[in-house]
Amino acid sequence: MTATISPLSEVTRSDAALRTFLHGLPGVDRVGADARAAGLGTRSIKTTAKAWAIDLAIRMVDLTTLEGADTPGKVRALCAKARQPDPGDPSCPPVAAICVYPSMVPTAHEALRGSGIHLASVATAFPSGQAPLKVKLDDTRAAVAAGADEIDMVISRGAFLSGRYLEVFEEIVAIKEACGSAHLKVILETGELVTYDNVRRASWLAMLAGGDFIKTSTGKVAPAATLPVTLIMLEAVRDFLDTTGRKVGVKPAGGIRTTKDAIKYLVMVNEIAGDGWLDPDWFRFGASTLLNDLLMQRTKLATGHYSGPDYFTLD
Amino acid sequence: MPAKKKESADSVASATRVTAGAVLPRLAVRKTYKLYIGGAFPRSESGRTYVVADSKGQFVANAAQASRKDARDAVLAARAAFGKWSGATAYNKGQVIYRVAEMLEGRRDEFAALEVPASEVDEAVDRLVWYAGWTDKLAQVVGGANPVAGPYFNISSPEPSGVVAVVAPSAPTLLGLVSVIAPAMATGNTVVVITDAPRVAITLAEVLATSDVPGGVVNILTGSAAEMAPWLASHSDVNGLDLTGLADAKLALELEQAAAETLKRVRRPAAVDWSADPGLAPMTAYLETKTVWHPKGI
Repeated sequence: MTATISPLSEVTRSDAALRTFLHGLPGVDRVGADARAAGLGTRSIKTTAKAWAIDLAIRMVDLTTLEGADTPGKVRALCAKARQPDPGDPSCPPVAAICVYPSMVPTAHEALRGSGIHLASVATAFPSGQAPLKVKLDDTRAAVAAGADEIDMVISRGAFLSGRYLEVFEEIVAIKEACGSAHLKVILETGELVTYDNVRRASWLAMLAGGDFIKTSTGKVAPAATLPVTLIMLEAVRDFLDTTGRKVGVKPAGGIRTTKDAIKYLVMVNEIAGDGWLDPDWFRFGASTLLNDLLMQRTKLATGHYSGPDYFTLD
Repeated sequence: MPAKKKESADSVASATRVTAGAVLPRLAVRKTYKLYIGGAFPRSESGRTYVVADSKGQFVANAAQASRKDARDAVLAARAAFGKWSGATAYNKGQVIYRVAEMLEGRRDEFAALEVPASEVDEAVDRLVWYAGWTDKLAQVVGGANPVAGPYFNISSPEPSGVVAVVAPSAPTLLGLVSVIAPAMATGNTVVVITDAPRVAITLAEVLATSDVPGGVVNILTGSAAEMAPWLASHSDVNGLDLTGLADAKLALELEQAAAETLKRVRRPAAVDWSADPGLAPMTAYLETKTVWHPKGI
């Protein structure tokens, strides 16, 4: 795979070795990646396959609220929705997780007790990641102590873009340690990484450092998740599994609002990473408005007539 | 020197054409009759078209044949436009509808070419002006201050229902369309209309598109009511259904039944004299009354 063939444990020994490894990864053919993602987006998924995909997508949603205006009341309402997304239809599955700011974790923890729904908290000075390491570690520990079992961290894009890869690596390792048993999702913020080559490098860097998930974006930067970027990340987790035997999940977040979009992502997961990733443990959607559209489409399939937003809760 | 050169080139060209025998006639640029959804003129997503004939049975155009999914898209566009249109002041809505009348007035020749009698265009323009006048008067007529036994002001005001789906009458084409679209628009609703008169309807859409009517307030689907109307009647995001122009009684019954599921306001099929004074019924059909209790100062 790389010009300097060395065991993966060796490549993180020094900044130079890490740079050599990351820059030795094969470059991404931008036009090819765009065309492949667009091509996979044209698949037609209908009737029973569509019903299956919609239920899977609902089970994969990380129902997210990351607003300055969040209140405990809003978080409790969202948790109720996570448990039973469609109160009119008990066959509708619950979502995978709730994703909130650290200050809302105790409220959500209380509201989700006994539901089996995961509780994710963003941490490490989300969304910019511009804070000293000590602050980020404290942020993480506080969220875990309050009951979060998944931590969504942001990488220091400034350090990454300046080529200080080892610094980013060590930071992720430190946060992973602070997480304890909680799952760590590493947000690459692909909208700020400029090139697809950087997306591939950041994916490998996050996986080498021990991330359990790699996530596209914070949702606060445009462009957020796109199909080609997710495709590159899916290739990275597939290759990482082949190389190391460790499986890492992928979470596109931000900008996925319609069922049609979600199904395009699922097609891509199946075609690029394989059906082993078609599971809420290995693939998630970071979204808020997506859930209502999924529910409307689900109702449409069940009842045979078009549904409307009046029949579902506003987020 | 260059000027002279050009002149000679021209004379050579014209000589060539003359010697070729006949001067070629200019190629006709025919209009493509598409749909009107969200302020744009898309083709049907299904790619289908159907042949339109004139009164003598001669081919005149291929019109887009809208599908279920076009109807779905039209409802989305209408819903998106509803917030702004329903929130516009009555004065502004009146101005916009008056502008539609002005634009229609200027397109008489086009409608004449589509076999619409001049008298019908007159009536359609007058009908628009009439509804434009009603926008800021309706609240006084159907709303008002209610006497209550308590220290309160009690005020009722009419509010638009939302998205109204309409099956337009087959005849008269222009006056029929205007008579079903204008009242729903004037009261702040947004409209999805199914019509089988594509040439008149799309020419009217061009009038609407150039009259400051925000995109999505009126959406026109050309094609079969039997195919699309059931989807609109059962659609949970459609609030009203106007079947006054529908001639097929069996279809109307099915649509009414489907609409009952979501408690839509339905106007039933009726023998309407489209030239007569329409009265207030077409406007009040898609209005809901909001009543507010307000404490009086003590």
